[in-house]
Amino acid sequence: MNDTHANTTQTEDGKLTAWERMEIARHTRRPQMLFYVSRLFEDFIELHGDRLSGDDPAMVCGIARFEGETVFVVGQHKGISTDEKVARNFGMAHPEGYRKALRIFRLAEKLGYPVVSFVDTPAAYPGIRAEERGQGMAIAANLLEMTRTDTPIFAAVLGEGGSGGALGIAVADYVAMLEYAVYTICPPERCAEILWRDVEEKRQAAEALRITAADLLSFGVIDTVVTEPAGGAHNAPEEMVAPLAAEIRAFLAKHKCGEWTLEKRRAKFRRFGQWHENQT
Amino acid sequence: MSLFSRKRVPFRGTPKSDIPEGLWVKCDSCHQTVYRSDIEDNLQVCPACGHHYRIGAWKRLEITADAGSFVERHNTLNTADPLHFTVNEEDYGARVARAQSQSNLDEALLSGFVTLEGHNIVLGIMDPDFIMGSMGSVVGEKFCRMVDDAIDARQPLVVFTASGGARMQEGILALMQMAKTADAVRKLNEARIPYITVLTDPTTGGVLASFASLGDIVIAEPGAYIGFAGKRLIQGALNVRLPEGFQSAEYQMENGFLDAIVKRQDMRAFLGRLVRYLSPSNSHAGQCHDQT
Ligand SMILES: [Zn+2]
Repeated sequence: MNDTHANTTQTEDGKLTAWERMEIARHTRRPQMLFYVSRLFEDFIELHGDRLSGDDPAMVCGIARFEGETVFVVGQHKGISTDEKVARNFGMAHPEGYRKALRIFRLAEKLGYPVVSFVDTPAAYPGIRAEERGQGMAIAANLLEMTRTDTPIFAAVLGEGGSGGALGIAVADYVAMLEYAVYTICPPERCAEILWRDVEEKRQAAEALRITAADLLSFGVIDTVVTEPAGGAHNAPEEMVAPLAAEIRAFLAKHKCGEWTLEKRRAKFRRFGQWHENQT
Repeated sequence: MSLFSRKRVPFRGTPKSDIPEGLWVKCDSCHQTVYRSDIEDNLQVCPACGHHYRIGAWKRLEITADAGSFVERHNTLNTADPLHFTVNEEDYGARVARAQSQSNLDEALLSGFVTLEGHNIVLGIMDPDFIMGSMGSVVGEKFCRMVDDAIDARQPLVVFTASGGARMQEGILALMQMAKTADAVRKLNEARIPYITVLTDPTTGGVLASFASLGDIVIAEPGAYIGFAGKRLIQGALNVRLPEGFQSAEYQMENGFLDAIVKRQDMRAFLGRLVRYLSPSNSHAGQCHDQT
């Protein structure tokens, strides 16, 4: 990596707007899943195919060794070169990708190993072939499966946590989010189009949607924010590895003490939402 | 049933429908000129071509449940504004209030106990016009409570879906309702309660990608728009023409994602048979009469 200390437009990170953070999350030199896989794990054996109809390169799955222990890995990888981006469909998975991940959840449960999930996707792919093969049904099946998977699930939101496409691999016991990552119900551009009827309102939409790591922490949707190098992880990718490793290490240590139970995971998701209740 | 505090609620009218205004109307689908009242008298289905117009939750209740059987549940939840979301000076609270006054509903999901052809069920109905039938915290929570009702009463759960997806005004908390409702379905499955979803026009986005798709039996109305991603988004991304009938109920049926497509006029009888055959009280378990 020779990307260290590229220029950043901002110096006072605390004052970045939501849209500026979105741009960092989408930065072309932002480290992606396979960068972390190569640094965090001693070994990685990729597993392919959903055993139904295909193999989705946008979703990377496999068996990894983390500090001498076996973990199962799922995640989206957007690609770095233009060719790779096209091959990996910019990290936007088809149903085959979600079904491959589902297979991994089941396998991890069967064999009793934890799952590490890396979230980095603009969205589940909105395309003809994806619809034809049941994109909505595939994501729904994963959500249901993750409420049943009786093995610990750790998720890290690395860059873009894009809507159902992200949640489809992130119904986890513990969710860590990188400082400049975003996690959103829909891309700010689309929200601006639909609610403001003007795509140019994307900055305002990004602000209104509360998509930053600090926002998500305040809602309890994520459990911790992992600090990035000044200006974003692309400025010093290697510096991002140790803090992420520390999160995984802590998660696995707590697992050994019985910290993660299905009941806790279910109760966490059951609580999400805000409403007032009239006593009538 | 003493388990629940039941409050009988009379049917309220539907103030809004998507049938064009006027005495005579041109059908959106076949473009024939028909009497507005002929459509309305025909369960809001075009008498000429069979096009199923969208209908609101109260109207759906009226044509689905046995008259006078509805006992509304969980209508005491009020939407909060966790994001302090404001679009062009209208805050989210005002947006919800506007939807409430237009629909006579408290939220995009109506829920309660009913009888259907004499069978006890828990019924949920989404309203396609209530902020596009979108799912926020209240819809998610109501869904979970309906599931608890179905489990406690050991009655089948039937849900009519109609939704533009998760509600943007509640941001990430709306997205989380997908996982929350999926977990509720998991509970229903473990309790072995039959769960039937009826996908009506439109069933899309985060609702399709959660509880709508997770029915034990998934049926749809003819011509209903059913898809994860919006047509315009797909078209915009690919810059191609979409296949004829793309994301219609018939297309979903052909691709293997539906058990049946049922016309509105046949829906009540069809659901009645399913509920009769699948009611937990009909289960073979624990009914051994062999005395040997
Ligand atoms: Zn017609």
